[in-house]
Amino acid sequence: MTHSAGPVLEFRDVRKNYGALDAVADVSLAIATGEFVALVGASGSGKSTLLKTVNRLVEPSAGTVLFEGLDVATSPLPALRRRVGYVFQSIGLFPHMSVSENIAIVPRLAGEPLSSDRVGELLELVELEAEMRSRMPDELSGGQRQRVGVARALAGEPHLLLMDEPFGALDPLTRNALGERVRRLHKRFDLTTIMVTHDMAEALLLADRVLVMDGGRIVADETPQALLEGAGGRIAQGMVAVPRAQAEKLARMSR
Amino acid sequence: MTGFWQTLTGLGDKLAAHILLASAAIALGIIVALPLAIWASRSQNVARAALGFASLVQTIPALALLALFFPILLSLRAVFGDGLPTLGFLPALLALSLYALLPILRNAVTAQTNLDPGVLEAADGVGMSFSQRLRLVEAPLSAPYIMAGIRTAAVWTIGAATLSTTIGQPSLGDPIFAGLQTQNWVLVLAGCVASAGLALVADALLGLIEKGFATRRRSFWAGGMVAVLLGVSAALLAQFGGRDDEDTIVIGAKGFSEQYILARLIGHRLEAAGYAVEYREGLGSAIAHNAVASGAIDVLVDYTGTIWTNQMARKDNPGRNAMYEAIVRWEEETAGTRVLGRLGFENAYGLAVESEWAQDRGVADISDLASCAPNMVIGGDPEFFERPEWIAVRDAYGLRFAATRNFSPTFMYNALRSGEADVIGAYTSDGRIAADNLTILDDPRGAFPSYDAIILLSPEAGQDPQLLATLEPLIGAIDVEEMRRANLSVDREENKLGFDEAARRLAARIGF
Repeated sequence: MTHSAGPVLEFRDVRKNYGALDAVADVSLAIATGEFVALVGASGSGKSTLLKTVNRLVEPSAGTVLFEGLDVATSPLPALRRRVGYVFQSIGLFPHMSVSENIAIVPRLAGEPLSSDRVGELLELVELEAEMRSRMPDELSGGQRQRVGVARALAGEPHLLLMDEPFGALDPLTRNALGERVRRLHKRFDLTTIMVTHDMAEALLLADRVLVMDGGRIVADETPQALLEGAGGRIAQGMVAVPRAQAEKLARMSR
Repeated sequence: MTGFWQTLTGLGDKLAAHILLASAAIALGIIVALPLAIWASRSQNVARAALGFASLVQTIPALALLALFFPILLSLRAVFGDGLPTLGFLPALLALSLYALLPILRNAVTAQTNLDPGVLEAADGVGMSFSQRLRLVEAPLSAPYIMAGIRTAAVWTIGAATLSTTIGQPSLGDPIFAGLQTQNWVLVLAGCVASAGLALVADALLGLIEKGFATRRRSFWAGGMVAVLLGVSAALLAQFGGRDDEDTIVIGAKGFSEQYILARLIGHRLEAAGYAVEYREGLGSAIAHNAVASGAIDVLVDYTGTIWTNQMARKDNPGRNAMYEAIVRWEEETAGTRVLGRLGFENAYGLAVESEWAQDRGVADISDLASCAPNMVIGGDPEFFERPEWIAVRDAYGLRFAATRNFSPTFMYNALRSGEADVIGAYTSDGRIAADNLTILDDPRGAFPSYDAIILLSPEAGQDPQLLATLEPLIGAIDVEEMRRANLSVDREENKLGFDEAARRLAARIGF
């Protein structure tokens, strides 16, 4: 934790309700520059909704979100979204654009076309061959597609990287490799990263800080180390118990 | 077969007019449908209302939709002034555009609702504005589906455009309607082949564009677009290239042989006098009369009884000359239309039966018919049973038939011969009355008015002294025998003449 302190992102009493249902209930939270935060919870716990309030894919019903000190509600929308890299659960590559066109879309929208060298560099960062650039998305495997998704999120040189279940649809090997890769990119570019996942093991292995959500509230806010040592309360410990039991069973089997 | 190819290659003008009409209608349909589809994709209510309206329009028969635009545009003259055309290109364009709307709109709306929500979220997430998302993501992904809709619309529109003949817009329907009238199957076939061929070519080219969009191959869609544009440009050039429309005299004709022949007879005289001439043929009776009054056509042969009962809504019968004088005054006062004079023959409605049957049954006039009527089927042209003349005759003699059937004028005579009708509402100048050995039943109560053929001139044409002088010699020049002979020459089954040739022979016989 050698990064400079001071929150890059702050939630103040953020609430989002759909009718009587509170998807996010009064969340207040500060995230410091350089943190890699995992937002963990079951389906319907509100973790994706909370993430989307940052770039206003979801508008909060009440409360404010501050990004680099400014209220996102008053930031011009396209400009805000270009400053925040976003990796989608559904990957969301544009099927009618080639890999390089997909990667270059954010700078293109900003009116600063991406150089061919820079596309090559980004492909290299996500461990894709340079000749992939002319492929269409439907010619790629799922893992390759999400690598392109990550490269696209990084192309605008964002300070903040949001990832919504980024590896959920990938096979375990790809999932592991891509997770490690993202973690290294996070460090290399001094990013602040928030990753939504329902997989506690993934959160423990990749993040510096794990937030557990349940029923729209944050019920635990701990380091992975502290969670493994029993902190965070009943719900968080229930989630930690599963990978721990699996790990112990595997350890016994290999003895 | 050589006749067929000659006819087909002679359709260039009609083809050009057809292409322009259909492409303008499709273009207008696209211009209306696409913004509507974008709006509909943002609002369920708009989607429902727009699709509901377009589907409703689709249930109106194309022929009726085309005809409906005449009264609509006529009433709109109150707003836009008398310069607003009520016949021809404008109403045809509007009706066909409405017709083209549904397939384009439906495919565009479906394409929008079927877009992958993940891709749309990504478009927002990477920071696209509304218009960027539309241009960079929604449009290219919807394009193949929208093109499929445009393809369907094109095929429908090209087919339905043949019906615009009936409201005075030249199209490939002209040979079809003219051929149907005279049982000239070569003409019908040529019109159908040209129209179907055009539809196939348009479908193939638009299909190429669709495929180009779907597979993202620029050469396909760009090539298809270039070919479509070239075709439309060629049609434009053929239609307007180096021709001055200012002094063109437009001659109208209703949809039966006599009208076609007389229109050509008048047209040939005017051409000889140095006028440029255009024909609007196959018009409905009411539309044709109003078109002269509004100046959409300049010259029309009409019939006194038709104007008396249909336009003036008179039910009395003051006698032949009094009726004519009253019509001349009425035309002058109501619309400024000029009645040049009577051609010399009558083409009255009359009830015709086979002569042999009439002799067997001892039926000589319509009152004799009343007792047999309940066991008989009466045939008439599509207007006949709606016309006040028929209602007057029916009520005057208390006629109750077993059934009424509509036929095109041509098929009516066949129907009588084949027994599908026992009596028909025939025309007294028709050559087939003598040729088919028919008898026109007497009308002792004078229920049918007289039907002197007269030349009607639009207010503008009525002011042209040279035109008046050119047509003046036709007054009183054609007797009913000559007219029947000319009519038979195009209506008979063997060795039939074209309208131009029939008009030339008629002119020669009456001494021009």
